[in-house]
Amino acid sequence: MGIDRRKFLKIAGVSAMLGISGKAGFELLAPGDVEASVKDIPLTTANKWGMVVDMHKMTDTVLEKCQNACHTIHNVPDWNNPRIEIKWNWSETYEHVFSEREHEYLDEHLLEKNIFVACNHCDNPPCCRVCPTRATFKRDDGIVVMDPHRCIGCRFCMAACPFGARSFNYGDPRKAPAEYNPDFPTNPDYPTRTKGVVEKCNFCAERLAKGQLPACVEAANMQEADTIIFGDLSDHSSNVRRALREHYTIRRKPELGTGPNIYYIV
Amino acid sequence: MLDKAIKGSGKYWAWIFTLLVLMGIGFACYMVQWRDGLMVTGMSRDVSWGFYIGQLTYFVGVAAGGVMVVLPYYIHNYKAFGRITILGEFLAIGAIIVCLLFVAVDLGVLPRVLNVMAYLNPTSILLYDANVLPLYMLLNLIIGWNVVSAEQKGIKYQNWVKVLSYISIPVAFSIHTVTAFLYAGIPGRHYWLTAIMAARFLASAFASGPSILILLCFAVRKFTKFDPGKEQIRTLGGIITYAMIFNVFFMLLEVFTAFYSQIPGHMHSLVYLFAGHEGHGVLVPLMWTATFFAAVSLVLLIVPKTRRKEGILMLACISIIISTWIDKGFGLVVGGFIPNPFDRYVEYWPTLVELGVSIGVWAVGAFVVTVLFKIAITVKEESEIK
Repeated sequence: MGIDRRKFLKIAGVSAMLGISGKAGFELLAPGDVEASVKDIPLTTANKWGMVVDMHKMTDTVLEKCQNACHTIHNVPDWNNPRIEIKWNWSETYEHVFSEREHEYLDEHLLEKNIFVACNHCDNPPCCRVCPTRATFKRDDGIVVMDPHRCIGCRFCMAACPFGARSFNYGDPRKAPAEYNPDFPTNPDYPTRTKGVVEKCNFCAERLAKGQLPACVEAANMQEADTIIFGDLSDHSSNVRRALREHYTIRRKPELGTGPNIYYIV
Repeated sequence: MLDKAIKGSGKYWAWIFTLLVLMGIGFACYMVQWRDGLMVTGMSRDVSWGFYIGQLTYFVGVAAGGVMVVLPYYIHNYKAFGRITILGEFLAIGAIIVCLLFVAVDLGVLPRVLNVMAYLNPTSILLYDANVLPLYMLLNLIIGWNVVSAEQKGIKYQNWVKVLSYISIPVAFSIHTVTAFLYAGIPGRHYWLTAIMAARFLASAFASGPSILILLCFAVRKFTKFDPGKEQIRTLGGIITYAMIFNVFFMLLEVFTAFYSQIPGHMHSLVYLFAGHEGHGVLVPLMWTATFFAAVSLVLLIVPKTRRKEGILMLACISIIISTWIDKGFGLVVGGFIPNPFDRYVEYWPTLVELGVSIGVWAVGAFVVTVLFKIAITVKEESEIK
């Protein structure tokens, strides 16, 4: 415990006064611990991770592979129920992703084209602004992460996110129907979540820390190089910046001022 | 003074017992939700707030509405309201308890709720909501309790109670402003992103809160020896008339901006709520019911002849309550989520479990108000006999 006796007594006293249970009391004690343990996790070196998705290369097969790779690695359960499903990355048609850009004379193939979507790891993320416990926060490397142990499940972040990027565990993921989740949890090295907390894409922060690319990037580029270009947007000579110089790109809902960091070559 | 609450007629105990049964039903439903998670509700990844948060919003308004008897008494020295300020304050306490419970049952992980205090995020409106609501409740409890005990002893309450009453007035406005800010500052939810939200909230609060209070005054007159007073009820009738006019006017301002500008995002939710969209329209009958009762209440209230008839005033109050309850306790929250960020229409309807939990929460509120009113009114009855 990273706290002295005096502080312990103070917290214990307050907890007792408020009549809270041992479990909640433990959570009050947790802050010191959590901050201490985070210090040992190597943060990545980039200042602003970003993604450029080349939609010419992003076929439906690739989209499916991206989602499978991500959801397998992150133990995302399949509820087989669109109402409460959990999605870290998925696809939606152009018409619905870029609804403000569609018009009636647009080529039907483009309107119906499936577009890769995930958390945009915004520069100015409304989800972090509204979170009452700072369970979701923006790291120095630009990644917007979730601490599922701190989340109280108020779902303010879901209301605040203009991209629909967040999912809520309406049920216990470990109790998701076994027929759709035969080998859950699929990755024993990544934690499963409990019911009642929000989750979303984390740009594979845990893989970046080990020098690996995000799972979706790896899966997509295995099909064709540079389907998803991933790199440091703050670095003028980086792969993402080069791609942004060479191609015309668009972002989702830039007019809202959240500063999304997924760019699309369409 | 609590002893006043355990001496009552058979009717009183039957009412208390009914409320306890409803609380039991609510608790059982909550246990189901506790075991299985919020999947037992009708909420979804697209409509991630529903009936619970709608009810929170509505009852913050009821609590804030209590200030409509406190303000004229303390600021304008309108002596007549001295008879019923205590009822407004005690109603506010019950309403805030209902609010806090609706937040509690809506949380995914309730045991962690104190994380809000442990990791204070000054940019989160929820932090301010979590602070002003209990503060307002505490103020009303201290003020109300001291006023009633002074009355029991036949003396005037002390001056510091009056100071707290002055403080409680801006706090009452703040609780509903802060609640409006939960919605009004969110990018990408066009139905909520309106500068007039807090004003709309206050207008509907000052219509619905005093309407409930008027009905309670009638109940008090019927079931006890204490009469809240003809003048008092008539003045409250005037207050709800103005408040409801403002409420409807503000709503029409929203309609004008959306439909004259013709900006699709601004129109979508309104069209969905009042006309439906491609076969999606479960809320359409509700929204027209709200509109109908808003119109009825305005007609009954604006015409002085009908407003001053107590029976008709009662009808007007019921109309206001139905109208504002649907508008704020249902349509406002759900409508904000439809269409979703992908312009898709995913509808919401509460489940039986969700309604069961809500019934339990309402019963707690009714229980608190009953007990507090019982105490206040018994003291008033006794002091009037003397």
